[in-house]
Amino acid sequence: MPATTPQDAIRPRLKVEHLSASFHTDEGVVPAVADVSFGIAPGQTTALVGESGSGKSVTSLALMRLLSRNARARVAGQAWFVDRKGQSLDLLAVPEKTMRGLRGNEIAMIFQEPMTSLNPVFTMGEQIAESVRLHRGATHAAALAQAKRMLELVEIPAAAQRLHEYPHQLSGGMRQRVMIALAMACEPTLLIADEPTTALDVTIQAQILELMRRLQAQTGMSILFITHNLGVVAHHADDVAVMYAGRIVESAPVRELFAQPQHPYTQGLLDCLPARHRDGPNEAGSPRRLRAIRGQVASPLSPPPGCAFAPRCDHASAACTSGMPELLADEAGAGLASRRFTRCVLRQAPLAMEHAPA
Amino acid sequence: MKATLAKLFRRRIVLAAALMLLAVAVVSMAAPWITGHDPNDTAVLQRLSAPSAEHLLGADELGRDVFARIAFGGRYSLSIAALTATGAIAAGALLGLVAGFFRRLDAPLMRIVDAMMSLPDILLAISLVAILGPSLLNVVLALVLVYTPRVARVVRASTLVVRELLFVEAARAVGVPTWRILWRHILPNLWSPILVQASFIFAYAILAEAALSFLGVGVPPEIPTWGTMVAGSQQYAHQALWIVLFPGLAIILTALSLQLLGDGVRDLLDPRLKKNL
Repeated sequence: MPATTPQDAIRPRLKVEHLSASFHTDEGVVPAVADVSFGIAPGQTTALVGESGSGKSVTSLALMRLLSRNARARVAGQAWFVDRKGQSLDLLAVPEKTMRGLRGNEIAMIFQEPMTSLNPVFTMGEQIAESVRLHRGATHAAALAQAKRMLELVEIPAAAQRLHEYPHQLSGGMRQRVMIALAMACEPTLLIADEPTTALDVTIQAQILELMRRLQAQTGMSILFITHNLGVVAHHADDVAVMYAGRIVESAPVRELFAQPQHPYTQGLLDCLPARHRDGPNEAGSPRRLRAIRGQVASPLSPPPGCAFAPRCDHASAACTSGMPELLADEAGAGLASRRFTRCVLRQAPLAMEHAPA
Repeated sequence: MKATLAKLFRRRIVLAAALMLLAVAVVSMAAPWITGHDPNDTAVLQRLSAPSAEHLLGADELGRDVFARIAFGGRYSLSIAALTATGAIAAGALLGLVAGFFRRLDAPLMRIVDAMMSLPDILLAISLVAILGPSLLNVVLALVLVYTPRVARVVRASTLVVRELLFVEAARAVGVPTWRILWRHILPNLWSPILVQASFIFAYAILAEAALSFLGVGVPPEIPTWGTMVAGSQQYAHQALWIVLFPGLAIILTALSLQLLGDGVRDLLDPRLKKNL
């Protein structure tokens, strides 16, 4: 976020500025993420929302510097991270050795697929202990003891026994708990959760989210929550950044975003939710029919001129195709002015909003 | 572990092969105590004598006890094969891991491997022994060089699969250094194919050592191995079949048993392999 926000009073744990990542493929340069800026305050959760391919995961991997290994990726921008000692580090510029010391230690990550993100040939205890040994230089016994404490922390029953079991002996939900235990083992200050509940069924989802919330309250860590699930966002995030085609199209505190979405894409996303209580005569189409945003995401190889969402937007005009709109602070509502940003030509002339509170 | 073994030996032929190998290993190790003859003791009067109570499997052209020579020869033959398998696995696994993990090194390393594989095994081994000179160690060295490319290929292919799995990325996200990822996270996931390769190379190495010795470029003839026994006695085969038959049988049975056991192990590990990788 630009520098003038009141949020600056609290130093954000992570402040991402103009992050972009592009891949060099045989068909040309694919810009996966462009000009992404957001911040996460200590102890708070920022959600990155968007559909598949919108650049959410690439953003998280770029922040962890895990991209360049297997892909010919070019990453630009800055990501200022405040470590435990209060030092500001640019995650995208520090040497690999420093980065390795941060990963798993100050910044931890949870992945989408709990079934494959644990090594099948190691016991759970060994895997958690490895992180503790690497970062804290603990002895094997001490690390295993810490692993056991972590398993207890994530409410795995019979932790002492589970410590010596292999991942295949656990269910998906239990494995995700182990992943969280693994991520939390060194008490990170920033947790990047890349769709941590997508592969789990709904009841387990709720448990895992509740667990993450409790751990956050206990440790004061910040969470970057990557998801496509708006319901999860509504309940668990403090700030939301909506991504479309590699760019943030709107970012806002969670309540404001849901109450008054400003970008047509955000509005479309919210419309896609099956709403039980949304009735009334002004609802377009049958109230039973689920809405969808027409069209498809444009190929990143041949992006449309101007706003990437214009071809699918009901409000598109000639101005939309003349150039990419800037991500600008909201000026419409004085009370909302601070943390709201929208990337849309319609920004200064707000739409007749279906979602505006009556 | 127990259940795995039970599953492995459910097939009778695999069990038979394992028992056969066990017997060969026991006879070889216990050779000094069960043979009653020194393998190099010549007794000219008894040359080419048929199997009897004195010479269980007969005596060769110099009157040396064939059973004693097979038992002591087993020590050499099995040692050579074991050393070859160990060496080839170690070198091949390292090469394959590096080639599979570091994409830049893949092409150069694999072209060298391809070049080595394009040469016929025995020809390559003969040339190497010819250059290095015939000795026990050089035979092992030559065979290790011959079989390393096979292991490298298998390990590289499996590495390519495993390195893309999420837990490798997860390990990196925890801050695990690259060498440790290779050693602690990828290699243990490759044990199944490596184990299968090891059992096959063991069998090939026994045959190859015998072939090299038979051709006279293997182990020096004064060391009794199964290969040197067949090679040394072949011209007397029409007078006393047993002096080539029994060492030949030892080679065939051991190699066959190893192959069968390897097959059994592969069949056992393959389905799990698919699930894991």
